[in-house]
Amino acid sequence: MNDLANSYAGPVPAPDPETKPFWDGMQEGRLMIQRCPNTGTYQFPPTTFCPGSLTTPEWVEASGRGKIFSWIVVRHPVPRDIFADKVPYVVALVELEEGCRMTGNLIGCDPEDVKADMAVEIAFNPVSPELTLPAFRPSAG
Amino acid sequence: MFKLRDKYAIVGIGNTEYSKASGRTVRSLATEASVKAIQDAGLAVADIDGMVSFNFNDSAPAMGVATEMGIENIGYAVDYAAGGNGANLITLAACAAIEAGLAETVVCFRAMNGRSGFRLGGGRDMSAYGVTQFTAPLGWITYPQAMAMWARRHMIDYDTGPEHWAEIATTFRENAIRNPRAMQRTPMTKDDYFNSRAIVDPFRMYDICLESDGACAVVITSAERAKDLPHKPVYIMGGAYGGGPSQGDDLFDAIRWPSHSHNCFKYIADDLWASAGVGPEDVDVAQIYDCFTYSVLMALEGLGFCKEGEGGPFVMDGRIKKDGALPLNTAGGLLSEAYIHGFNHVLEAVEQLRGDAGERQIEGAEICLTTAGAMTCGSAMILRN
Repeated sequence: MNDLANSYAGPVPAPDPETKPFWDGMQEGRLMIQRCPNTGTYQFPPTTFCPGSLTTPEWVEASGRGKIFSWIVVRHPVPRDIFADKVPYVVALVELEEGCRMTGNLIGCDPEDVKADMAVEIAFNPVSPELTLPAFRPSAG
Repeated sequence: MFKLRDKYAIVGIGNTEYSKASGRTVRSLATEASVKAIQDAGLAVADIDGMVSFNFNDSAPAMGVATEMGIENIGYAVDYAAGGNGANLITLAACAAIEAGLAETVVCFRAMNGRSGFRLGGGRDMSAYGVTQFTAPLGWITYPQAMAMWARRHMIDYDTGPEHWAEIATTFRENAIRNPRAMQRTPMTKDDYFNSRAIVDPFRMYDICLESDGACAVVITSAERAKDLPHKPVYIMGGAYGGGPSQGDDLFDAIRWPSHSHNCFKYIADDLWASAGVGPEDVDVAQIYDCFTYSVLMALEGLGFCKEGEGGPFVMDGRIKKDGALPLNTAGGLLSEAYIHGFNHVLEAVEQLRGDAGERQIEGAEICLTTAGAMTCGSAMILRN
């Protein structure tokens, strides 16, 4: 089906003041994460205060490069009505070059071929005109 | 640190039938289990002045259960918003409440229609607020999907995997066969385990606990009062609750947790053992929160029964079986007895320490560990007779 507006039945993120820059970035094809101006530490998911230093995090565009920290292959769809035609699919925790982890589906890779520490790069996955989900694909290099 | 060593005791236990469809309200399950625990303690409903529970908005409030029982002098009724981590927290909280003078004799319970009503394992709130924004839209929604991510990392780091988890699943099933309360009493071979359906790699169906309707309750009072009651008191030697850094908003917020090869127990182990004045070598039998097979490895490693990464080999060769050096989950666990959110483990611990466990009895059991939780936050107790 080409009508993206009617094809996405999954949970829709509800951006809030902490997460809106991330989701706006997804729509623009930019992976936005936070950095603490005091410590230089990168973090995801976003917060309003940097844990520990309690300063205001700054938003920066991440390289989009990282490696697979862990992954799952979903074979039994839950809820079935939403995910039955998606299985098997991969959800990965990716360790970004910047040092923090983030979540994304893994695309462009057979679920059987995923390896620990495999190099991946961000892939923007538009599922509707209003929503682009984060995904990763194996790095070209 | 918990500083009430041996000052409080579990003096009564009660439970309902464990089933897939109770056909009853959750409150009535809680009331039945609580009344049975009070009767088991040789007490009357009027002797109870505190009630503590934990839930995920899927249960009956402590006040409601007290009302159904007809307690007139309830002074302390508290519900913790907690997951599996709450099952030992509420018993420790009951001790604290009595110590503070807020109550004298407290019922702790967990009640749920976990199969016919709100299914914890079947999904979650699909509204993608908070950290769920970054998980649910990806199809990362259920608890098995959450824990599978941890299990994979342990496989990567330490080469553990299904051969170890199969040992856990089949051992607990053997135990359940000896337990008339257990929901799953058909024998399970290793082949059965390996042939069970792939749910979310690396987990098969038999890596995942049951879903159950039912309730469990215990009565806690001072060691002094316990001496006058019919059963051998089971003393709370020590306990701990908590976890490490970056516990997150919920269990899916383990995104920044330091390492998925260890969980909360690594962080609460020192307080747990110090509070009880004993160590892992003193434990005769243990009831480990087994929402998933893999969780057992993290608890054993984190609490120091073996080093991190050695849990797989540790559970092999019969060590955790009934006649092994460290019998685990003697009633069958959450994998094969029932999933009353870990509170059924506390009841089995009490039966073992009373010497009332029948066919399941571990001879000479004097000290039993119970754990609750499997991710960034958990609780544990050391009980003795």
